Amino acid sequence: MSGMGARVIALAVGFVALVTLPYWMPGIYYINVSSQILFSSIFALGLNVLAGYGGLVSLGHAGLFGIAAYATGYMLQHGFGHPVAILTALVSGLASMALYAVLSLRATGIGFIMITLALGEIIWGLAYRWISITGGDNGINLHGRPQPFGIAINTANSFYYTTLVVFLVAFAAVAVFVRSPLGAALMGTRDQSRRMTALGYHVWAIRFWACMLSGLLTAVSGVLFVYYTQFISPQALDLTASAEVLLMVISGGAGTLLGPIVGAALVIVVKSVVSGFLERWNMLLGAIFVAIVILMPEGLVPGTARLWRLAWRKAGGRAARESEPKAVSKAEAKP
Amino acid sequence: MSALTVSQLCKSFGGLHVTTDVNLNVEPGERRLIIGPNGAGKTTLFNLITGEITPDSGSVALFGHDITRVPSRRRPHMGMARTYQIITLFPHDTIIHNVSLALLGLSTMRWNPLIDMRRQGHIVERGREALERVGLEHIAERPLAQTSYGERRRVEIAMALAQNPKVLLLDEPFAGLSIDERHDVHKLLLGIPRDVTMVMIEHNMDVALEFAERITLLHFGEVIVEGTRAEVVADPRTREVYLGH
Repeated sequence: MSGMGARVIALAVGFVALVTLPYWMPGIYYINVSSQILFSSIFALGLNVLAGYGGLVSLGHAGLFGIAAYATGYMLQHGFGHPVAILTALVSGLASMALYAVLSLRATGIGFIMITLALGEIIWGLAYRWISITGGDNGINLHGRPQPFGIAINTANSFYYTTLVVFLVAFAAVAVFVRSPLGAALMGTRDQSRRMTALGYHVWAIRFWACMLSGLLTAVSGVLFVYYTQFISPQALDLTASAEVLLMVISGGAGTLLGPIVGAALVIVVKSVVSGFLERWNMLLGAIFVAIVILMPEGLVPGTARLWRLAWRKAGGRAARESEPKAVSKAEAKP
Repeated sequence: MSALTVSQLCKSFGGLHVTTDVNLNVEPGERRLIIGPNGAGKTTLFNLITGEITPDSGSVALFGHDITRVPSRRRPHMGMARTYQIITLFPHDTIIHNVSLALLGLSTMRWNPLIDMRRQGHIVERGREALERVGLEHIAERPLAQTSYGERRRVEIAMALAQNPKVLLLDEPFAGLSIDERHDVHKLLLGIPRDVTMVMIEHNMDVALEFAERITLLHFGEVIVEGTRAEVVADPRTREVYLGH
């Protein structure tokens, strides 16, 4: 099977599996885990726009995620409705991302990582200490979820489907973006920023817009997260959270469309499901990451695709060799 | 009016004067060759002209417009294109993608996040035209990683030509090429119409001398000799710089 055909079939199977998931998943707990995977995937997709396609690795994205989650909680706590809360969350997420971008896009590489890390830590510190707004260590509790188009999303199934719709929109947005001229330009600035300038591109502005897309997806994910858990505390935006989402991106395959989703599924499954059976699940996750780095340094999705192609070519080669002797014998038989 | 005017250009890195009072006047349609030993400041001069580095003093003008303070990224829009001595392409993409990026660089479409880049008929068409000029249209869809060094050199030139520059700066376009490839690139450069002004850095004298009408010799960041091909070749200072006596 060609790579293209395999890709289309895999996507179709994945889509059908996601839509029918509540019908075959055993139990509400696993449907909730699936919801977590989906909103974590949106977060990972957002970071992947920067880290994978833009070559700008951020270690402060949990801060943005947290700002969106806190904004939602804060607005709801102060009596505003869900639409206002969600809008505030998205706007404040984007505004913080813009600030992040202005400060951190002065550098690339290690410099960018360190500035984003520092910004993320500042936001974590604010969440922890600015008690009048964030509630400090106690965090903010939510009461209830919104009702889009009058549909209550209190049950595991309804929340799952809401998350799925948002996820599919986010996925489509990133898929369209990476094929577009702006997406190509972003990858160009990752590979040859000097050349991009010499070709007439505004490298800084391209990176800035990529940051905004990344920030929007991160904020969306933060909103879904806070509605899912009904609670936000500083723990959700510490450095570990930033590192975790980065690991999702890298383990699945940075700079690929499906990689962050596979990475998110891996991390969430080990964290939520395997941790029920295995106390040292952190160690297992570590071992998995080490294995990925050794066997598929490019990440699970591109790594599997590479092995698949290799296996296919080998099988094809064998088929060709098997048919060859027959042809020779026919030719020999002629005279 | 000159196509490219460089006046009193100076640049130093710390105590090292890489460009000292360089003056350069290139007429429209001219073919100018810049020669000089390694470390003479030839590529630095190109980087100053394209704005990749900012001069300490002096000015650069394109068709009479002072562009010294114009950001590097604006200069391609004003008709300036360059190639790199060390091949600087997009290795993960196809040849046509590389050329398409060059074309999009001058189009407002480069900001569009919604359309499919590969479905933009006129961009692909113009990209193929540019590849046809360098004789690579038959491998347009090939990933750059699977091309030879000589082909990459030609992709560099195709990307510059795709932007329809008025002034084209070529930084050692023959470096690392085989004799046959050199011949092809040479023919290609001779075929570029006269509405393009060309400035070329080159070490390879046999092809370069044939190309140029006027030659500028740089040494330790200074212009030592400038004149017609015959004048510069005959000048004793040229011999001194190149042969050391």
